[in-house]
Amino acid sequence: MTTIPILKEREEQIYRKGSEPFNMQCEKHSLAGSVSQRACVFCGSRVVLYPVADALHLIHGPIGCAAYTWDIRGALSSGPELHRLSFSTDLQERDVIFGAEKKLYAALTELIEQYQPKAAFVYSTCIVGIIGDDVEAVCRKVGKEAGIPVLPVHSEGFKGTKKDGYKAACDALAQLIGTGETADISPISINIMGEFNIGGEAWMIKDYYRKIGVDVVSIMTGDGRVADIKRAHGAKLNVVQCSGSMTPLAEMMKEKYGIPFIRVSYFGIEDMAKALYDVAEHFPDQPEIMEKAQELVRSEVNRIYPELVKIREQVSGKRAAIYVGGAFKAFSLIKALRNLGMEVVLAGSQTGNEKDYEILRDMCNDGTVILDDANPLELSKYIIEKNADLFIGGVKERPIAYKMGIGFCDHNHERKTPLAGFEGMLNFAKEIFNTVTSPVWQFAPHRSGNEPEQLRNVVIQPSK
Amino acid sequence: MLLKHTTTKIKERSALTVNPAKTCQPIGAMYAALGIHGCLPHSHGSQGCYAYHRSALTRHYKEPVMAATSAFTEGSSVFGGQANLVQAIDNMFTVYKPDVIAVHTTCLSETIGDDIPQIASKAAAGGKVPEGKYVIHANTPSYVGSHVTGFSNMTKAMVDYFAEPGGEKTKTVNIVPGYVEPSDMEEIKRICAAMGIPIIMFPDTSGVLNGPLTGHFKMYPDGGVKIDALKKTGQSMGTLALGNLASSAAGFALDSKCKVPCKVLDLPIGLTGTDMFIDALRTMTGENVPDSLMFERGQMMDIISDMHQYFYGKKVGLVGDPDQLLALTKFLVSLDMVPTHIVTGSPAGKKFEAELREAVKDVPCDVNIKLGGDMYLFHQWVKNDPVDLVIGNTYVKYIAKDEDIPYIRYGFPIYDRIGHSYLPTVGYRGGIMMLEKILNALMDRQDRDATDVNMELVM
Repeated sequence: MTTIPILKEREEQIYRKGSEPFNMQCEKHSLAGSVSQRACVFCGSRVVLYPVADALHLIHGPIGCAAYTWDIRGALSSGPELHRLSFSTDLQERDVIFGAEKKLYAALTELIEQYQPKAAFVYSTCIVGIIGDDVEAVCRKVGKEAGIPVLPVHSEGFKGTKKDGYKAACDALAQLIGTGETADISPISINIMGEFNIGGEAWMIKDYYRKIGVDVVSIMTGDGRVADIKRAHGAKLNVVQCSGSMTPLAEMMKEKYGIPFIRVSYFGIEDMAKALYDVAEHFPDQPEIMEKAQELVRSEVNRIYPELVKIREQVSGKRAAIYVGGAFKAFSLIKALRNLGMEVVLAGSQTGNEKDYEILRDMCNDGTVILDDANPLELSKYIIEKNADLFIGGVKERPIAYKMGIGFCDHNHERKTPLAGFEGMLNFAKEIFNTVTSPVWQFAPHRSGNEPEQLRNVVIQPSK
Repeated sequence: MLLKHTTTKIKERSALTVNPAKTCQPIGAMYAALGIHGCLPHSHGSQGCYAYHRSALTRHYKEPVMAATSAFTEGSSVFGGQANLVQAIDNMFTVYKPDVIAVHTTCLSETIGDDIPQIASKAAAGGKVPEGKYVIHANTPSYVGSHVTGFSNMTKAMVDYFAEPGGEKTKTVNIVPGYVEPSDMEEIKRICAAMGIPIIMFPDTSGVLNGPLTGHFKMYPDGGVKIDALKKTGQSMGTLALGNLASSAAGFALDSKCKVPCKVLDLPIGLTGTDMFIDALRTMTGENVPDSLMFERGQMMDIISDMHQYFYGKKVGLVGDPDQLLALTKFLVSLDMVPTHIVTGSPAGKKFEAELREAVKDVPCDVNIKLGGDMYLFHQWVKNDPVDLVIGNTYVKYIAKDEDIPYIRYGFPIYDRIGHSYLPTVGYRGGIMMLEKILNALMDRQDRDATDVNMELVM
């Protein structure tokens, strides 16, 4: 019997549904020495702001932070593509010793002159936090001279977790909001928040809202435009997806501008429909919005349902493992997979909070393993123990799934087709079907029964 | 056009890099460390660094990439990362059970001044390093050099920590393969085996980052140079360091530590590059070059002669890492092609530039060369003086598309194609693969652009 040791400190970040007590620890800093799948503050800020396509994104630090985030997110733009270039102050040793404010100033000035962006985001990386450049002052100065908002993003990598990076991004967006003209905004209008237009999903969602008679003032930040964000405070409702990233901003807008917000998910038929109904309910004086929403849901579901049923017949009974960034996404995935007749045997997230895990626990069947901030050993162990057929995760999880000979679906930055909305549900189902039933797995040792016996018997044991 | 912003007017930029042609040291150190069997690379810095490196390597190799992090917090960046690293070493040996932990630093830990050897000995003194296990380290500040420097530093660390001086010299040759793909390392081993020469190659990522589907996830794949072998590098009769920037530091360190003579060569890319490598092996060991290798060499020459009319006079733009650029430029010149624009992001030094200039001195046009340049400049050069072929990593595809130029993927990273992990570009066989790639790119273009009248069946 093989054992995978697990640190005492991590024991309570793993829970098996049905066992007692439920005392899920989460929102902890990753242990030093962990092979966590998480990232840093900068990463959080960068992914949230990245889709703002007509803004300049200057990364103040050594080259790596800019190189690794150059065009890695499939956040589509319908116009400018400035966000897909990589700008760095490329700090050198002398800059670290003598400071790099002058360099930052020169870089910003030059970039703004050449690219004429509508705003600039200046990301601080670890080193900037240590050498103590006054990024704020440089931004203020350049902003005044150039006549555009130049916004510092306080995203020093070590100053917390990815979530703190989301918060820093929200703070930067908050400085833009409230500076635009709102006079011509319709009383039936929303901001779409926490939707990043990966694979064109924001376009689809916006189109749904348009069809039911709701105007979209801004999308934060998918296919984002500075001018739209500036007037976002004119919207009547904030509709927040990916709640981990955008809730701080929605709360701020509620406080400052009195705009209420609702949490939604656009993933899966149930949640997508609910997202439309919830918005419609917010405008009770316009009953036609709800009627149109119902009509839209009806026609879309009718359109995709026959195909979904066919796919369901093929994948029903298959077992899925989910490991995603935010827990909210996991809820939707569980529902969507259930619609396909699949069972979720493992559900985990990098950044879920206590409440999230309670909801997860209540949603899951007995025996389902729930993980917070897991490492590859744990993931692979439970996937084999639970005999999963499918793994849903991000870039670092994909090859782990394939090595074990099971299907994979990227539900993160590298999805190639839209998975949100009704059309997206169909795409998702097709992708699941294609990967789970791929003929390649029949050659994998896992499937052909050649698997070494000890792997089945792996247990996780406390090490101390 | 994604790169519509690129202008033809070139302005000197001092404060700004646009679309980098390099990345930072730690990823090179991580890649090198993965070439030790049973090694867990460890990033002493914030959690983001290693997440980015793992993601980048995963996208490039389509393989799981294992590494750990000190997960710096605000506290550790004020008071130093000692506590984090000691705890990390303990946790890693407890949970992931590596044979070696290879610590590399980051801009953060370098700037706050953490002393890794001191911290590692503290961990050892505290009983955190099990018997027969090792912690090695390399200093890899992100604001110095590039990913190639990081590779070089970690490779040198293997010598500093493991090579044992003294003892009888053996007939073994050390090979430092350079910052090349696992496929290339495999090919170098095959060539040496064909010559009957026992070697120790370090690092060796073959079998680590191009492994098979086995039905289970292995934290430590079967490949990689073993610790015992690294210890014995001090007894080898000589070292061949392939690629000056990536490999010579380790080679020279071995020379001064263990009196193992080191010869620095170009990467064995192209006919003469491979000739030099094989000749150095022959001279060092006295072994004959077997017919099988001469046969491969003959095949490669045969292809060049068969197709030389498609090569000559073709202008090429190259962007990539210094050692590769130098060897590749020499190869292209030997094919009668015309390297026209050559850019590396790495600050590769005057000696490198002089060597590169020497390699293109007979080329019938002015050659643009830039060290510490970026893709933006490369694109500007290509716009101003168009070429027939561009060679570079995946990011070059935008330039190739915008300018409608045939393009070969070569270098790091390649995020959008497979092949580099499995098919070598070093040695004669690798040379044949390169020739095929170059010809395909040029001839596909000729076919695409041919009118019905000019469309040719036989080429």
